[in-house]
Amino acid sequence: MNPLLASLRRPLPLCLLLGLLALAAAASGLAAGPAAISGGEVLGALGLGPGVDSTVSSTILQLRLPRVALGLIVGAALAVSGAAMQGVFRNPLADPGLVGVSSGAALAAVAAIVLGPALGLAFAGRWLLPLASFGGAAVTTLLVSRLSRVDGATQPAQMLLVGLAVNAISGAGIGLMAHVASGPALRALTFWMYGSLGRVGWPEIAATAPVVALAVLLIPTQGRELNALLLGEAEAAHLGVDVERLKRWLVLLVLLAVGGAVALTGIIAFVGLIVPQLIRLWAGPDHRLLLPASALLGGALLTVADTVARTVAAPIELPIGVLTALIGGPFFIALLLRLRGRGETW
Amino acid sequence: MAAVTLAAEQASYRVDGRNLLDQVSLILVPGEVHAVLGRNGAGKSTLLRLLAGDIQPQGGSVTLNGRALPAWTPRERARRRAVLPQSESLRFGFSAEQVVAMGRYASAQHRPEVEQGIVREALQLAGVADLAQRRYPSLSGGERARVQFARVMAQIWEPPADGAAKDDGARYLLLDEPTASLDLAHQHGCLLQARRFAASGVGVLAVLHDPNLALRYSDRVTVLENGRVTGQGPTRELLSRELLERTYGIGIELVHTAGEALPVVVAHPANSLPSS
Repeated sequence: MNPLLASLRRPLPLCLLLGLLALAAAASGLAAGPAAISGGEVLGALGLGPGVDSTVSSTILQLRLPRVALGLIVGAALAVSGAAMQGVFRNPLADPGLVGVSSGAALAAVAAIVLGPALGLAFAGRWLLPLASFGGAAVTTLLVSRLSRVDGATQPAQMLLVGLAVNAISGAGIGLMAHVASGPALRALTFWMYGSLGRVGWPEIAATAPVVALAVLLIPTQGRELNALLLGEAEAAHLGVDVERLKRWLVLLVLLAVGGAVALTGIIAFVGLIVPQLIRLWAGPDHRLLLPASALLGGALLTVADTVARTVAAPIELPIGVLTALIGGPFFIALLLRLRGRGETW
Repeated sequence: MAAVTLAAEQASYRVDGRNLLDQVSLILVPGEVHAVLGRNGAGKSTLLRLLAGDIQPQGGSVTLNGRALPAWTPRERARRRAVLPQSESLRFGFSAEQVVAMGRYASAQHRPEVEQGIVREALQLAGVADLAQRRYPSLSGGERARVQFARVMAQIWEPPADGAAKDDGARYLLLDEPTASLDLAHQHGCLLQARRFAASGVGVLAVLHDPNLALRYSDRVTVLENGRVTGQGPTRELLSRELLERTYGIGIELVHTAGEALPVVVAHPANSLPSS
């Protein structure tokens, strides 16, 4: 292989490249949209150039910048959570969406929207959704990890089946909520089911994003431990890893990241599945590289996907969850075929 | 001064009221290869898991260099004893070299070049140096077993530097059926390597099915039957025809061949004894 390409499999060069990619995705996300805004004006609005008029400035700062920030952070959260779950459960198909964590979080959030006023929960204000969402993620994570244990070990196939059931139940719950909801609440529901980066603004981001960001930064510190865990739980323990503590800690971080992501943007499927697989295909399964690289690529890809979703059929905006599922579904099938064909995982 | 051994003393382990191990004592001494023989289900793997610290005895105790196993931190334990599992389940595409490097999780203490040298040498000793860059899941069963063997050797490559206790840096290697997926030559290669490793100050415990391998490569042997020790002592003195027949419930003959100090254990299925 070309030495330049080969060097891009090493941690530092690859992460630098992916960081640049995320930066480019953010820049194009700021510049692209129905209102034509030049690169110079973007810089101006960000305070990095000559002043611009207030319409341009508020378009950038109040409409596009929050979306780009959401794309980066939610994409990173979903991708790094997917990579971590796949490691914890030693299952390349464990994705927060597939195993039901996202839909559990969404159901709790939707229930809070629809039933919240009646239950007198309005006092929680903008904390209500994230809290409900974290709670839903926690309950489903516990449920799935308990139910997928067979003889004390987590069984990959069992886990997907449990996830299937949890997704069906959550989907039914959300459908039920849609049935009883009316007017504005109903519109909000479609957002939860298909995801959007355009619903929340700075106040919601400020309330939830720090928790998500913290989880995204902490997960990659467990790379060596996750590598050892892939040998098997007993083997990891023999190597000196405190397996139960590691699993509890990572599951907590994942549900904070996913719960927060769902609270901000609704269900966005497949990012947690596709991104880590792409990194593994390119650079191998070493978590010390996989985790940070997944976060960077996830942020870049979701930002690009959102830019595409709101510009490709403008002025109509495609739901971003529909877009990621359109790409992710076939990818998932290809992944299954490949796993079957090789009898191995990346 | 505390005993520098890995020792089970009167250890019992029950599951659902059934005695998997009943007052088993075993002392693993650095420098020795200790074989564990017995029929399927006799408790050999349970004994190994007990010595590894995977399970706690309900009666009796297990001590590592004089200190109860749970009193060591996971990392301190990992620097002193390594465990080769009976089966492996790694399906992610690490290279063989990366798998062996994982063995250094708790023991890494050198510059990266030195650490890499240890990994290479372990691969060499396990006879899989040429597979270093191959993807682990693409290896054959026997090749994977040898890579795992290299990994556990790398884990306790040198005496621990944590100074957690004055324990002479004694280390222990627990092998659960290390020869199960190996061809004839590699079975001998593996146990020969285990012997050499023992000579460097490591106590090696090997669960084996072939009494011939035990005779040739072990200093001491423990024979288990239904969770109880039915024989324990220097291998060549202990492994008599009678003991083997009783243990396996099958007709046994010890054949002496010219020029060989060791007899060959031959089974005669036709003379099977009524199973107990």
